[in-house]
Amino acid sequence: MTVAEGAEPISLSEEEYARSSPWLDSWRLFRRNKASVVALIVLAIIFAIAITAKFWTHVGLLDARTGAEARHTINPANLPAQDPYPDPGICARDGQDRNPDWCGWIGEDALVLVQELQCYRPEPDPTQRQWCYLLGGDSSGKDWMTQTVYGAQVSLAVGVVGATMSLIIGLIYGVISGYYGGRVDMVMMRIIDFLYGFPTLVMIILLQVFFTEVAREYQDAGRKGLVGFLLNLNKEMGGLLFLFIALGALAWIGMARQARGLVLSYREKEFVEAARAVGATDRRIIFVHLLPNVLGPLIVLETLAIPGYIFTEAFLSFIGLGVQPGTPSWGAMISEVRTRGGFFSNRHILLVPSVALVITTLAFNFLGDGLRDALDPRMRGT
Amino acid sequence: MNNMPKTRTQATGPTSRMDGKRILLEVKNLKKHFPIKSGILFQHEVAAVKAVDGVTFHIYEGETLGLVGESGCGKSTTGRTILQLYRPTAGSVKFEGVELTELKGSALRRMRRKMQMVFQDPYASLNPRMSVGRIVAEPLVVHNIGTKKEREERVAELLELVGLNPYFVRRYPHEFSGGQRQRIGLARALALNPKFIVADEPISALDVSIQAQVVNLMQELQENLGLTYLFIAHDLSMVRHLCDRVAVMYLGKLVEVAESEELYTNPLHPYTQALLSAVPVPDPVVEETRQRIILKGDVPSPINPPVGCNFNTRCPVSVDVCFSQEPELIEVLPEHWVACHRVI
Repeated sequence: MTVAEGAEPISLSEEEYARSSPWLDSWRLFRRNKASVVALIVLAIIFAIAITAKFWTHVGLLDARTGAEARHTINPANLPAQDPYPDPGICARDGQDRNPDWCGWIGEDALVLVQELQCYRPEPDPTQRQWCYLLGGDSSGKDWMTQTVYGAQVSLAVGVVGATMSLIIGLIYGVISGYYGGRVDMVMMRIIDFLYGFPTLVMIILLQVFFTEVAREYQDAGRKGLVGFLLNLNKEMGGLLFLFIALGALAWIGMARQARGLVLSYREKEFVEAARAVGATDRRIIFVHLLPNVLGPLIVLETLAIPGYIFTEAFLSFIGLGVQPGTPSWGAMISEVRTRGGFFSNRHILLVPSVALVITTLAFNFLGDGLRDALDPRMRGT
Repeated sequence: MNNMPKTRTQATGPTSRMDGKRILLEVKNLKKHFPIKSGILFQHEVAAVKAVDGVTFHIYEGETLGLVGESGCGKSTTGRTILQLYRPTAGSVKFEGVELTELKGSALRRMRRKMQMVFQDPYASLNPRMSVGRIVAEPLVVHNIGTKKEREERVAELLELVGLNPYFVRRYPHEFSGGQRQRIGLARALALNPKFIVADEPISALDVSIQAQVVNLMQELQENLGLTYLFIAHDLSMVRHLCDRVAVMYLGKLVEVAESEELYTNPLHPYTQALLSAVPVPDPVVEETRQRIILKGDVPSPINPPVGCNFNTRCPVSVDVCFSQEPELIEVLPEHWVACHRVI
């Protein structure tokens, strides 16, 4: 067969031959952005801590007498509520009185904590075991460190589940609307316009109030049927299920618009027309030609939306409409300061969950930035 | 499972192919109007863009028909409507005697194997997320032809056919130049071994040096594979070089159809004359005496074309009848069709 002139076949080395696919190129672009790589590592660490939360609960829990690490894990949700101030003790290296909130209590053992892992009691009682919390405890005697670690689980779950749900719903809705166009598109977009008019946060708050009311109604009814099952599941998840539903009910709207816009622009591209000229079915065009092109920018948008979901959860938990009481969440932890004070005397109470929140959301933002450079190069610098 | 198409080499060369003059494609009174809609909830059609408004021509087997005209005159829409990428508003398209406008679903899909398209923009016509191998193999996958291994062999064969290294299969479109991408587009169009290819300005986005390569490749493929082209272009000298016959389009209608040499030496329609007068001649003596016919005004809107002859707003020789009666495309000389009241 003839090879047309002017087309010099280029010889390739094995290495060159093996390289390069769009995803691999994206990874290369991503690696160039140092801040994003750091963010990715930070997020990996946070994820690792959240997954292994159980093992972190006794870190910083020290035997007050010997200073040895206690072989004692605390399930924060199952801690018995204790009178927070049975015996304030003196919790300070310098012997000065400090706010007794530094001290936590567990079981019959008095828990006191001070800096430098030293605990003092006026008269150490050798028959009593004493435990120290590295970051102190809250007003009901639960370890602050344990709560922070478990709080990461909640925040990450909300971020990831919120993003996944809104991506899936938004993608399906947007692709149908954008691809089929015409009357279908018009009706679907008018529904979105209608939903877009509602203030999101108010809607979520109302939904949460509604769910709480339903839970209360059903409390006596024995929790049967689908509603009962959902209520039980929600209780098992510490209130996260309803939070997911409330978030997911509205978060997909913006994503659907973006997906529709992207599909509209790619639908008219010549490679889609080429596929049509070959005789490709709608299904093939959507899954082979449109989705891989649309997915990149949407993943970027979702990653950048995750901090929003995390903040919404923190805010709802702060005002008491998020997770159920007893479930550790950074937002609920911040509200500790509101309920019992200590802003000036015990800054760490506020600082620890706030810093955790800031680091996590910033990391997601930087990750999204890097992903945008990598997956959606046209948007770089915007 | 279908059989793998073999690239057939045609015995009939370019000299013998005009003798039989078997009509491959017949287009009659083809119309494509795009509706303009208005209204918020209950949309209604307020007007239509008459992109193609009654086009009649035919293409002989093995020839290249050039379709030229200004941008926006409906050349591309004509090509796409023939391939049923746009469903025509009215008219008929017969390919090998089969009425395409009435075909649907799998019957239409089977016909698509015989006619393919090459696109203008080599950057938009290849999916950036697919490797070259997958792009070229796509027609085979869609029509469920051959096993995976057979497809790979066919892709390698096709890449070689268009002058690309078969090693390129795993590479992605962004790694190629415009000319190479256009070759990939050609390989994809050839995968199903079609008889007829609509080439929608395949070279206008390329550098001049690359244009020649691609045009030569297309000619070579035509000779070897017995292809028939509808070559849409606005580069008149390239059309003269490549095409057996040329059709000139203006505002959704054909104004003149003739054999290439005849059209360039003896243009009859005033629009064709104006168009050809714009082509520079590579001879300083002739070039000095070349008279450019500058048309006044702009092309009217295809939403509201003029009454009578489409060209009457700009025509230097129009008379009363041009403003009331639409001229028909008449064969004034053998194989030379013109739509003008002044040419009889």
